[in-house]
Amino acid sequence: MATKSASRKKSSRVNETAESMSARQKEIAVSEFFAKNRHLLGFDNPRKALLTTIKEAVDNSLDACEEAGILPTLHVKILAVDSNGKHVPTPNMTNHARFIVSVRDNGPGIVKHQIPNVFGRLLYGSKFHRLRMSRGQQGIGISAAGMYGLLTTGQPVQIFSKTSPRAKAHRFLLAIDTQKNRPDITADETLDEWTDGEETVRQGTSVAITLEGRFQRGRASVDAYLEQTAIANPHAEIIWTAPDGEVRHFRREVEEVPDSPDEIKPHPYGVELGVLMRMLKETEQKHLGPFLQKEFSRVSPKVAKEIVDKANKLTKATISSQSYTSTFDHGQTEAVHKAIQDTKIQNPPTDCLVPIGDRQILKGLLKETKAEFYTAYTREPAVYRGNPFQIEIGIAFGGDLPREEQARVFRFANRVPLLYQPSACSISKAIQATNWRNYGLTQPRSGMPEGPLIVFVHMASVWVPFTSESKEAIADYDEIRKEVTLGLKECGRKLNTYIRRKQRIAREGQRRDVFKKYIGEVVKACGTMTKVDEKKLYDQLAAVARSKTETADVILDEDGKRVKVDPDKPDPNTPGPNGAGGRLARDESVIVVEANAKQPDADDAASEDPELFDQAA
Amino acid sequence: MPTKTKKNDTAKKLEQMAKQVISHARAGEDPNFAIPTRSLSNANYDRKKRIITMGDAAQQRNFFDLSKAKKFMQTMLIASGCKELAEQGKTTSIRDMYYHCKHTIEGTKENTFDGQDESDPIIEDLEVTIDALREELGLYAENKGSMVGPMTIVDAGDTIDLTRMGSGGWAVPSIVEANTIQFKKCTADFILLIEKGAVWGRFNQDRFWEKHNCMIIHGGGQPPRGVRRLVYRMHNELKKGRNKLPVYVLADNDPWGYYIYSVVKQGSINLAFESQRMAIPDARFIGMSAFDRERFGFDNVIALNGKDTTRLKEIAAYPWFAGKKDWQREIKKMIDSGVKMELETASSKDFSFITEQYLPEKLKKKQWLD
Repeated sequence: MATKSASRKKSSRVNETAESMSARQKEIAVSEFFAKNRHLLGFDNPRKALLTTIKEAVDNSLDACEEAGILPTLHVKILAVDSNGKHVPTPNMTNHARFIVSVRDNGPGIVKHQIPNVFGRLLYGSKFHRLRMSRGQQGIGISAAGMYGLLTTGQPVQIFSKTSPRAKAHRFLLAIDTQKNRPDITADETLDEWTDGEETVRQGTSVAITLEGRFQRGRASVDAYLEQTAIANPHAEIIWTAPDGEVRHFRREVEEVPDSPDEIKPHPYGVELGVLMRMLKETEQKHLGPFLQKEFSRVSPKVAKEIVDKANKLTKATISSQSYTSTFDHGQTEAVHKAIQDTKIQNPPTDCLVPIGDRQILKGLLKETKAEFYTAYTREPAVYRGNPFQIEIGIAFGGDLPREEQARVFRFANRVPLLYQPSACSISKAIQATNWRNYGLTQPRSGMPEGPLIVFVHMASVWVPFTSESKEAIADYDEIRKEVTLGLKECGRKLNTYIRRKQRIAREGQRRDVFKKYIGEVVKACGTMTKVDEKKLYDQLAAVARSKTETADVILDEDGKRVKVDPDKPDPNTPGPNGAGGRLARDESVIVVEANAKQPDADDAASEDPELFDQAA
Repeated sequence: MPTKTKKNDTAKKLEQMAKQVISHARAGEDPNFAIPTRSLSNANYDRKKRIITMGDAAQQRNFFDLSKAKKFMQTMLIASGCKELAEQGKTTSIRDMYYHCKHTIEGTKENTFDGQDESDPIIEDLEVTIDALREELGLYAENKGSMVGPMTIVDAGDTIDLTRMGSGGWAVPSIVEANTIQFKKCTADFILLIEKGAVWGRFNQDRFWEKHNCMIIHGGGQPPRGVRRLVYRMHNELKKGRNKLPVYVLADNDPWGYYIYSVVKQGSINLAFESQRMAIPDARFIGMSAFDRERFGFDNVIALNGKDTTRLKEIAAYPWFAGKKDWQREIKKMIDSGVKMELETASSKDFSFITEQYLPEKLKKKQWLD
């Protein structure tokens, strides 16, 4: 990548020669490239820089905890400071300012000698080279955040790490040498005890980055990111302290660490020609047959032979399973590549995917939103470009969600919320292409649905095709959009059943109100005409009214079937927030929270008397 | 006026209604009663008796049916109001009953009745349901109608000479049963039932009843039950030789006029069960006729509208008109000419044309329809 030289700006033109140009041509360190192009990593403005920093640190912490089988507890804190590093308790939020962003986890820690590499070098880590479902993918994130902090404030990144309760803790101060993409260690201490405020930390990692940023609340904010993270990760506990001192505690609702995903080999269908050439060059396998079988998934000896046979037909040369991998030229490699595409190969294994799961999505939504109807649906795994992936949908409807607004969309990739570039994302496109009017909602012509609705969409994959390195939107592959659409339809149908049924109940309620009004009159008339115990007659008629409008009392389940529920005995399976409301229906993919359900608008005084029918019961 | 035993019958029937509701409620059922259908589809024409009788079709009125709940409640209110009347031995107007039963439902802003147009049909429902005449329920409509002529009656004990009633005539009460009204003496040759009060006024002023020795009576449009019942009693009780006292109906030449005649003659579709004691199958229609325009040269006529034509066709199809050539001719003539005429049309000739020429000529030439 050429950089403009200062001499170019001179008016007098001096023609360059290959030799004169060569004097300036040199390798560009990856860190230097990203320092100049920081927008590619999500540091394009102070507000986003703050969010991206939090996001990278949180993603790393959650990944680390899960890999170690630890239930994550995260302390996320943003502290406003002045140029001397002194804490500013009531910051002016409208301007950018200097902040210390710190994220501490209870994870496995990092061994001492790897700390400078993990936080002080770009593109260093275990994630890039493996096809494995994880939050981080490339290993750019947290070191890029540290670099951004260094560039804007000159302050190094501070890291604490402790690998076990018995181990000693380490504290590092790191800067990045962008020219060399190497950590520059400015402090390295070993501590007998690591305390964070009042707390003595037994184990974990903490990273603190000082940076220029801007803190704002609302859409695409740190708040929204952490809230959505808490929804998609109900097994995580997050304690979040904002610069104004406000503390939010996202509680843990699930006591199991998600299964650790398996690593897989690439599927032959997803491999491009250039990659195949590189793989042939780098492989430890000497012969083509074993290469195909060992370096790819789903290639049996039989499939390998089929590929070789097809490649032979294409090249008219003689390739065999015994051909040396080191001898492959371009034409032969192309023949193998083409043969792969013509061979029927079983889809990649999908046990490498760990979906969040219906129950967990419901629990996550339930603990952070106050809706009345929830449903979730996990699709079977599918494949794009040889990469297995799985789509999960969650829907929350009604309750306290705003009625007159566009539906809120929560997009996730491998449990990480995506907050930017919704319009570029395959998920948004699928939502807009779905006809929500079929499901009892309003929707402007090919727009987002409107109403008290949250749509949760999660894509789990060993390789999520983001549209950019800043990981903000999922590329619009047909296979992905189709899976999202099918999932939305399934949830939509359940929502529709609920909405229709609710309308029916509302009508029944109105019917009951009508009867309720007239019972008193009828009783009085009967009392005038004949001697009768008016109280008794009233109760009898009220009882008939109850049974005639029984539907109004019915508690909903998935398919319009009745569920008899004793309101005094909450369902033991109820995953309600802090024990409140919420009932799991029989198919376990629907939860209805009656307590949050809004009563239909009543325009007469009679319906303000809910006692009446209780007395009669 | 209902007799004492009858009153008790009615009270018992009303009590029975309430008991039915109570027993339904006790059994956990939806309280209901069957209300005979008051429509043309459930009205049969008894060709032998030449009156309308009611069929067996009935509608279930359920309390716990959204579309019927309010009417059910209203029916119970009217029933209880009538029960009170019966117990106190009083009668009252249907308007008074409306006010008696109208109030705001406790705890709501809704009224039991919003207008008399809601309570009147409920009263009719109640009549047919418990098979009790309105008079037996102790209810009557507002007095409407006047009569003069060579006749003496006793009205609630007062003897009244109907030749000495001045310009207003004797006001026909709503209840004209034998225990209130008795006929003392009558020399009239026929009864002329006139549709409109104003036209009756002309006949009275011109002393038509004196010149033609008849009773003249009007009902102010559709004759109320009192007028119909009185004419029925006179027709049947006051003989002219060996025959019943003839009745002639003088009405407008429009669908409404025809319908008034139809009700007088065969009874109403609404309250078909009352025909027995109201309908006068021998009543004759003396005018106005669609042919009178040519006969008398009337030129101030009104064009028929679409609704008139539809209504005329319905009337022509009534079973009691369907088989009658004269009536079919009459109605066809009206549709073909495309015009209707009010009784006042005759005044284009002279104010008293109707009493001095029109009607005498029609009587003489026997230009009536049967």
